[in-house]
This record gives sequence, structure tokens and C-alpha cells, in this order.
Amino acid sequence: MSKARSAPVRAAFIHLALIAYTLVALFPVFLTLVNSFKSRSAIFSQPMALPTPSTFSLIGYQTVLNQGNFIGYFQNSLIVTVVSIALVLLFGAMAAFALSEYRFRGNTLMGLYLALGIMIPIRLGTVAILQGMVAAGLVNTLTSLILVYTAQGLPLAIFILSEFMRTVSDDLKSAGRIDGLSEYAIFFRLVLPLVRPAMATVAVFTMIPIWNDLWFPLILAPGEATKTVTLGAQMFIGQFVTNWNAVLSALSLAILPVMVLYVIFSRQLIRGITSGAVK
Amino acid sequence: MGSLQLKSIRKAFGNNEVLKGIDLEVKDGEFVIFVGPSGCGKSTLLRVIAGLEDATSGSIRIDGQEMATTPPAKRGIAMVFQSYALYPHLTVKDNMGLGLKQAGTEKAEIDTRVAKASGMLSLDPYLARRPAELSGGQRQRVAIGRAIVREPKLFLFDEPLSNLDAALRVQTRLEIAGLHRRLKATMIYVTHDQVEAMTLADKIVVLNAGAIEQIGSPMELYNKPANVFVAGFIGSPQMNFIPAEKLGDTGAKTIGVRPEHIALSRESGDWKGKVIHVEHLGADTIVYLETEATGLLTVRLFGEHAYAPDDVVFATPDRASLHRFDANDRAIV
Repeated sequence: MSKARSAPVRAAFIHLALIAYTLVALFPVFLTLVNSFKSRSAIFSQPMALPTPSTFSLIGYQTVLNQGNFIGYFQNSLIVTVVSIALVLLFGAMAAFALSEYRFRGNTLMGLYLALGIMIPIRLGTVAILQGMVAAGLVNTLTSLILVYTAQGLPLAIFILSEFMRTVSDDLKSAGRIDGLSEYAIFFRLVLPLVRPAMATVAVFTMIPIWNDLWFPLILAPGEATKTVTLGAQMFIGQFVTNWNAVLSALSLAILPVMVLYVIFSRQLIRGITSGAVK
Repeated sequence: MGSLQLKSIRKAFGNNEVLKGIDLEVKDGEFVIFVGPSGCGKSTLLRVIAGLEDATSGSIRIDGQEMATTPPAKRGIAMVFQSYALYPHLTVKDNMGLGLKQAGTEKAEIDTRVAKASGMLSLDPYLARRPAELSGGQRQRVAIGRAIVREPKLFLFDEPLSNLDAALRVQTRLEIAGLHRRLKATMIYVTHDQVEAMTLADKIVVLNAGAIEQIGSPMELYNKPANVFVAGFIGSPQMNFIPAEKLGDTGAKTIGVRPEHIALSRESGDWKGKVIHVEHLGADTIVYLETEATGLLTVRLFGEHAYAPDDVVFATPDRASLHRFDANDRAIV
């Protein structure tokens, strides 16, 4: 930032506010991580303290890795999240392209109908969804979760992507048509690369609620073979006794994959932003 | 190779009629320019010819073949856009070759044609670069190269110089003129800039509000404008329009006289007036007068002249160069 435009006092206040927010946001993560490395008594006696040689313990991680099938749970969560994101991005982008590019009867109405999904929570339909899944024989499969999450993610994806696709130059698409590119080629080879930052944004917005969801795994796929990490961690929370070491360790581990995905997408996001700015 | 016939082309977006029956004949090898104010439908007409928009009714023939249901890629056309519209992820070479590749042309043939075009436009050093690494003028040359490589029957240009700065615009204009001479190809060019139209065209089509006002060579439009609109649109500074009754002419409604067809004198002349403002351009001096007989008058004098605001001067129009228009704004011949 140029010196002429920023007063030092103002800059200090801005940084103070940002640092304060960062601390607030990171505190639960910090607490989870720190306490996952402590013995049970240390968690309760000094919840804020860092692990010392006397309180350090890996008992939580041992429990998690030995009890139950956590690797399997991780796999399930990853499969469900990655496949759902892929489907949401593919179908969302296609629908957004159709809505932004073609003039057809009912275009606006269709756009509004699809946007309705943003305002109405999908959980209101849980009973009907469960009935449908039972009828289709999909209960206790990952497919049921992927279907529900794809439906859940599509409205926002279509809404964001269609706005971005409207900004892609018409001339570029026209040039493609004159050069004999098919509509699919125009979509995949000209438009998609240009809206990549928007795709990354949508991927992040879609990913986090899916990864963290407890509701649908609990209702649609509670079987041992299809448990996700969030659901798996619940087995350590009992009505009377909660194995905090195990819960905190499971949650700490659950942060990792989602962090990796986030880093991948956010790099795309930043690259997209700068490549647009430096014309 | 490369004639175009348009018959009563109409185009409406909903209830809004943008083209109101366009008839036009373009001969092989002609350089035709569509010119008109913004929103007159000139770009829409070009897109209809390209097949990017469907006409609501009417027929388009290229080389005598009806094109109404032919997709853009099969019409034998190439188009250059105002925003260049280069594929950002492809190199200059691939940008130019993509159309041929899609049409299934052999690789060796594509390479020869790209090499020929890039030589013509001096793009050889940039063939491996991406559009983002080129300047505006270079990008527009790549876009023109992409059109040349296709060896089309018709070149379509949609305001290709509007995004370039003034110096580059003149240079690229010369290049396009040279290209037309060398390729002897049929070119259709859309612009709102009358200087581009006058300098490049064999034939200018003046459009206004979705209809053709006049078709003719640049000098025909300048010397014999068919109506007030064309008279006002072609020529800079704009023609002076004087209500005929002020000059005692009862056979016409409006008298038009171009600024360059008026002589100024400090001693005597037809219309006495006072100088309001003077623009010194070196080669020209533009003098704005307020006269009792005609109201505000623009006069263009060649060379440098020492007139100053508030000078009293006499203006005399060249009688042979007056344009007379009737009550319907049509020229009286």
C-alpha cells in the first residue's frame, strides 16, 4: 500500500481488529489441538495450558486409531466430499452456462427456481428424503449422501457461477463459434478456465458444510461401513461418559484433509485473481 | 469468390425491432463499411451475416448460397472483434490455427498458412507467446491473422480499431487497407468512426435506427448526401444547417453548407457576424461565428489565420457547394 494513502494510526487499528478476529477464530482450533495431546486429568485441571512432558499423552490418538475403523471413516468422508464437489461443480457450471448464455422461454423463472434452494434449508425435507432413499434401496450407502449433498450444493453454485459467466466476453464465445468449436468445447475450453476463481470459491463453500455435516450421515448412512468422520467421532461422546481425549484427537485429525483441500482451492483462487488483474 | 446478398433482413429482440428490412448487395472483392451512430443496428447486422444471430426474416446469400440455416463455422467467413477475443490459454500460433484444426485441415497446411499470415503481419517473433504477453496492437494483429489464416470468402470486422490508441489506430488502418489490396478479399467492416469509413471503404453503408439511409462511395456521400442525416454524419466538422426561410429560399426547408465551403473576409461578404471561438489546428483553423442571417456557423479555413473572438467578419458560402433539403429532409437534386 502506498504511504500517501494510509495513515499509520488507521493501519494500526485495522491490523488490531484483524489480529483480534484471527485470535477469536483460531482459539477453538488451538484448544482442540493442544488438549488432544494431553492426558485426561490434564485436560480438566488445566484446559488452557500447553502440554508439558508430564501431561503429554498420545492416548487420544491411540484410542482413535485402535478403536473403530477411523481410516475407513476418513475414506468415506473424503469420497463423499470430493465426489459431491465434483458433481456440484460440473452440473452447477453447466446449468449456470445455460442460464447465462442462452435465451429461452422461462430462463428467468428457472434461475429463480434454482436460487430458491439457497433460501430453503434442505433439512426440511429430511423425512421425504429418507422415505425416498428407503424406497430406492440407498440407505446406508455413500451414494445417498453424495446425492443429497449434490442437491444441497447446486443452488449456490449455480447462483454464483451464472453471475461470473455473464462477465465472460461474448466476443470470445462468438470467435469460438466462428472457429467451429462446439458448444461443449466453448464451455469446457473457453468459459470454464476463465471462471476458475469462481469455481474455487464455490468448491470451498460447498466443501466445508459437507465435511462437517452430522445430520445426514446419522439419518441416511449410520452403518459401520459408511460412517463419516464426524459421525465416527460421536461414538466417543456418551450420554454419561465422554472420552474427551479421543473426541479431541478425532477432531484434530479431521481438520487435516479439509485443510489440504482448502489450500489447493485457495491457491487456484489467488492465481485466478492475480491473472485477471495483471491484464 | 465472396459476394453477399441481403434481402429484406429483419431482426427483432422481443418487441424491439433492431433491423427494419435491410437490402444490400456486396460484390466480390469490395470493401464495404457499415457506419452509423451507436445503437443503429450495424453490429447486429454484422452478427446476422456471421450467423451469430438469426435474422427474424429475410435471406442471406454468400456466393449465391442461402445461409439462413448454416452455422457460422461453415459460412466461409472470418471475424475480427473489437475486444480481440483471443483464446487466453493458447499461444499466438494456436490461436491462429484453431479454426483450421477444428475443420480437420492437415497440420502441414496449417503451419504454412500460419507462417504466411504471421509473415504478412510481422508476428513471427511472437508466435510462441500467449495473448496476455502482447500489447494491444499486437493482439489485434493476431486477431486479424486468425482471420487471414482461414482464407475466408468474407472478412467481417466489428469495430476492430476502437480499443487502440490514436497512433496505433492510424497504423493498423493502413495495414488493413494494405491487406485488402493484397488479398483482394471481400471485407465488411463496422465502425462509428467516419474517418475510418471514408479512408478504407469502396462503398459506405450509412445506417440509422435499423434502416439504410444511403449507400455510396465515400465521395458520393460527401458530395451528394441523400438526406440531412447523411449530410450531418459524413464530414467533420459537421455541415452547417440553416433554415431556408432565413436566406429567402422558399423552395427548400433547410440549406446545408460544409464548413470548408465558406470563405471569411474582414471587409465584405454575404453574412456579417461576430467570431465566438477559434480553434487553431495548424493545418486548419476552425472559426465559430454568430451571424445575424444564419445563427451559429462553423467555418473551416485552411492554414493559419489570425482571427480572434469578438472580431467582426463577413462569411460567403460557395454557391456551387450548397445542399438543399426539402420538408422531409431529403436532398433536392
